[in-house]
Amino acid sequence: MDLPLSDFRHMSVAEFDTNKLLNHASRQAEERGYKKFPIVDVDSHHYESESIAEILDYMDDPVLQQLAKSASQSARTTGMFAGGIGYQDMGGRVTRYPLRKLEKGNPDEHRDVSLTRRWMDAIGVDISVLFPTPMLQLGLHPQVEVEVALARAYNRWLIERVLAKEPRIRSMLYLPFNDPDAAFRMVQEMGGKPGVVGFMVTAARYKPVHHNSYMRIYALLEEMGLPLGFHSAYNWNDQSLSLMNKFISVHALGFVWHNMVHMTNWIMNGLPERFPKLKVVWIESGLAWLPFMMQRLDNEYMMRSSEAPALKRLPSDYIRDMYFTSQPMERSAEDDVLAITMRMMKAETQLMYSSDYPHWDFDLPSTIYDLPFLSETAKRNILGGNAIRFFGLKLPEQKLARVA
Amino acid sequence: MPDVFVAKAAEFAEGDRRIVAHDGVEIGVFNWQGNYFAYENLCIHQGGPACEGVIMHKVEDVLGPDRTWHGHKFSENEAHFVCPWHGYEYDITTGECAADRRLKLKSFDVVRRGEDIYVVA
Ligand code: FES
Repeated sequence: MDLPLSDFRHMSVAEFDTNKLLNHASRQAEERGYKKFPIVDVDSHHYESESIAEILDYMDDPVLQQLAKSASQSARTTGMFAGGIGYQDMGGRVTRYPLRKLEKGNPDEHRDVSLTRRWMDAIGVDISVLFPTPMLQLGLHPQVEVEVALARAYNRWLIERVLAKEPRIRSMLYLPFNDPDAAFRMVQEMGGKPGVVGFMVTAARYKPVHHNSYMRIYALLEEMGLPLGFHSAYNWNDQSLSLMNKFISVHALGFVWHNMVHMTNWIMNGLPERFPKLKVVWIESGLAWLPFMMQRLDNEYMMRSSEAPALKRLPSDYIRDMYFTSQPMERSAEDDVLAITMRMMKAETQLMYSSDYPHWDFDLPSTIYDLPFLSETAKRNILGGNAIRFFGLKLPEQKLARVA
Repeated sequence: MPDVFVAKAAEFAEGDRRIVAHDGVEIGVFNWQGNYFAYENLCIHQGGPACEGVIMHKVEDVLGPDRTWHGHKFSENEAHFVCPWHGYEYDITTGECAADRRLKLKSFDVVRRGEDIYVVA
């Protein structure tokens, strides 16, 4: 494959091997002794668009299926995915984006299973919670029926073709939140399937999480003991975010913006009081927003508590009961800031490591393991223990990842 | 300080690079515009193989005399190699991190002995 570079140069690459790309990560796993404790990655990805032909076979609606199949023959993806503009590959600088096409899976196995297990072994992850990629923007689709149809097809495909084949891969299934009835039925139908550890709402969407039509979904999840995750994403067409002319800008703010809105609604409408046993996890917004949210919401609540009468505690108290994935963990020159953040959010019990691999801003387990202010117990909780408790995972004694 | 063989000069083309290893340390050696540069292949970010990524010229803004913006261009003289893991860029002639020049990769001397190129590890 020819990669276009600056100055009209090219770089030609014949092969791509995840093991080779990540061999420094494997060395980190060995040096840090990851074989001594389990590592659970609560947010990782695959590219479901690469399997779209298979996924469309699971689509029930014959008209939508035919429409999507036809569109995917003429367009590069389905012609049905929402979203669009994005430069995650950083102008080819993050080479695994174009080069992944060259990598092959193992024979007799779905390529997604092979590739996922390959990077998990390379970095020392035992269990990973896998999410889609282009579908993170499916909540923006103007056709609600398409969100439902694609979500249902994808979930059924994922359960049968991926989760059933590799117990080290789990997923919080995509919830088509623009159709509350369909979302409810999806939880009923798929919540108990092997490998399903909860449900995920993509955060880039425009229906408020406190709408009454969602209450029976939350109640059902609570009753079934299944966690609800809000996975962030950006929407460059959002009226405010569209003021920004750089991907860096829209990504840096977009990945927190939607979750800030949803969390504020979640708390101010007293959902933690109404669903006290529902476990909520906020995915891929990093950590830096949490001290900000705690301070902003507490400060205003002290003056305007009459507007949020359902609350029995401070907003920050509810935030401290929620769960968070770690990536993209903001690196600051000041270690103190991160230490204070982790203390404020009770990271030792509420924070769960996530890699986001193979996306461009992935974090290795060493981003947690090397933090000087955490005890060994805290590190192991964040890297695995918290997720094991959160999802109720049953793990064997021995390490599942093939680390040295 | 042992010399580690990199390549025959004739086989090490301009714009090319080699990765050599010595005593557990990987070193990336670049031939850039006829000069050799060598850095430890270990990114200061998360430890990625910094020297194995693409080489890209620095992107620069084009500003008018009235400070209006007129687009981008690739620099004519500053080139970076880019860590393939997350895109940290390093100045190929100094090993400094382009986004924060206080950060720098460990560098090594490169010597030519007859037809052979060595890095002093
Ligand atoms: S490890 Fe090199 S850019 Fe992250």
